[in-house]
Amino acid sequence: MATLTLLQAVNDALKTAMRDDPSVVVFGEDVGPKGGVFLATEGLTKEFGANRCFDTPLSEDGIIGTGIGMALNGLKPVCEIQFQDFIFPAFDQIVSEAAKFRYRSGGQYTCPMVIRTPYGGGIRGGLYHSQSGEAYFCHTPGLKVVIPSTPHDAKGLLLASIDDPDPVLFLEPKALYRQVKGEVPEGKYKVDLSTLRTVREGRNVTVFCYGAMVPVCERAAVQAAEKGIETLIVDLRTLLPLDEEGVIEAAKQTGRVVVVHEAPRFCGFGGEISAIIAENAIEYMEAPIARVTGFDTPFPNTLEHHYMPDERRVLDAIEHVHNY
Amino acid sequence: MAATQLLTVIEPDGGVNGHDVGMTNDELLHCYRTLLRTRAFDDTCMKLQRSGRIGFSIPNKGVEATQVGAASALQKTDWLFPSYRDFGMALYHGVPMADMLHNMFGNALDSAKGRQMPVHFSFVEPIKFVSISSPIGTHLPQAVGAAYAMKLRGEKTVAVTSFGDGGTSSLGFHSGLNFAAVWKSPVVFLCQNNQWAISCPSSGQTASESYAIKAKAYGMPGVLVDGNDVLAVRKAMLEAVDRARKGLGPTLIEAFTFRMAGHSTSDDPTRYVPKEQFAEWEKKDPVLRFEKFLAKKKLWNEDVRAKYTDEATAEIHLAVQLAEGTPRPGIETIFSDVYRDVPAHIRKQGEAAFDLAARKGDASAGDGKFPL
Repeated sequence: MATLTLLQAVNDALKTAMRDDPSVVVFGEDVGPKGGVFLATEGLTKEFGANRCFDTPLSEDGIIGTGIGMALNGLKPVCEIQFQDFIFPAFDQIVSEAAKFRYRSGGQYTCPMVIRTPYGGGIRGGLYHSQSGEAYFCHTPGLKVVIPSTPHDAKGLLLASIDDPDPVLFLEPKALYRQVKGEVPEGKYKVDLSTLRTVREGRNVTVFCYGAMVPVCERAAVQAAEKGIETLIVDLRTLLPLDEEGVIEAAKQTGRVVVVHEAPRFCGFGGEISAIIAENAIEYMEAPIARVTGFDTPFPNTLEHHYMPDERRVLDAIEHVHNY
Repeated sequence: MAATQLLTVIEPDGGVNGHDVGMTNDELLHCYRTLLRTRAFDDTCMKLQRSGRIGFSIPNKGVEATQVGAASALQKTDWLFPSYRDFGMALYHGVPMADMLHNMFGNALDSAKGRQMPVHFSFVEPIKFVSISSPIGTHLPQAVGAAYAMKLRGEKTVAVTSFGDGGTSSLGFHSGLNFAAVWKSPVVFLCQNNQWAISCPSSGQTASESYAIKAKAYGMPGVLVDGNDVLAVRKAMLEAVDRARKGLGPTLIEAFTFRMAGHSTSDDPTRYVPKEQFAEWEKKDPVLRFEKFLAKKKLWNEDVRAKYTDEATAEIHLAVQLAEGTPRPGIETIFSDVYRDVPAHIRKQGEAAFDLAARKGDASAGDGKFPL
């Protein structure tokens, strides 16, 4: 087993998939010889040729639109959108086309494709290189939304996404690309979509999080433990379709819940988690559900460290629901 | 062929001025029969809508020659990414009228299981007639992607995508043409310029000399063709399809035509189309035009028209009976085909809907009219 960064794990997954299945093609802006702006696709053109890993014109609508056509006609496209902030010209193609083809054709035409894109802050990217847009997409029946937080999951979830019969938006936490390292099995393995990961066991407070917020919550839990609060941390991994039963169970275990994400709060994914728990387990709750999120403002540049939830804010929420 | 000069084959007297038509009499009559069947289908759907039996339709009158001419240049192994005004393309390649009417009625035998509005067809046989969506221009880059797959696998098939004059302003027009030209994709872009995007005339859509000329900037040939002339459209399409099959890349064809009706059954064209324009194009009716050509070849007289019209009428009559007599899809079809496997949350919502129906009765269906 090799120790890889999350970025290397993504690259390893793409190579593994392309070796495994000749119908897998990878394309997007600068993903070819350059290997992508983050180098996630490094070496693919060299190994698999320019027909299977290639640069496209600068058009997100074109990337996803052509990806859909490839998927309809038997290829397995893995499209890269350079930054999630740039995905919106393709919103129509993702939401109204890829996600609806199976439904609107009664299963005659389907779009098994993966859209990879780095999301989130922490690189001083300002308004347009930092956003967390998962909630827009989680409101879309027919789409799957996956966010890894470890190298092991990044590879296993990406391979599962590429094998999936439906379109998957694969959001990569760019802040973790080179920040986290971990053991990654060689060759092909899959982490099932729509499964949760228990990051840390604890009996006092349950913290739900995903992507770049997972290590933040882990650090907060270490500090909470020093104060005698044992935190159960759940990494959601797949936001859509969500393992709702798993969420309800994890909430019931402690009766005290904190939901953490980097995206703005209003209509954010934390609202959905809160509602699921309120609808299904409110009688188990010993304290109001707390959300720790980005602010309902655009994403700032210089002051991004104030905007992004950090262990200070997560710990504060853990203490609040614990002491309620 | 040029991007600003109209390519015409059938002359006013029905002659073709030495043009090699390259079709057997049977093939020519199949084109004619398809023109009449398309018109009959359109006419029936308009009447069904006006009498409240279906909710919506999209008029095809006046644009049939473009559809038939274009379809005649394709093989069954090619892919069509059509618009919602392409009845003739489906009929030409043998999609049964009943299958189209199942969609118009949104019944249990509709390939889309009643999920889509009428005219949003989806067929995989006898030709790939890719599921239609309402947003304009989204299918252009999709056709390019399907063509990329053909090219990668070394297949000699092509993807044809059809759209209107309004579609040339869409995001997908730009990305579709640009990607196709850069990748030398085996694609034909067929712009059916019927001169009106609902109520917006071409003068409000573009300042360009023609739509076809836009091809030049993308680096592909652009051809302006008489869209009311089956043989001219066919000629332009054959050349474009041949280029695509040879690996020489895409072509943009602008078929200049006119819809002799509203945009949809919810639209009143007399509010914006000048009367004179209707009168002018009535004289250019593509069916009459093709009849003149057939007559000159001694393939047509009034009896031929009567025979084919009767056949089409009988065919559609049966198809309407069948489609109208087919029940609605079951409630379970709301919840299937969202994903291949039904996720737990959707399953739960479905079960709750069944439970409610069992306890409180079915939801009220409403009148199904498109409220415009």
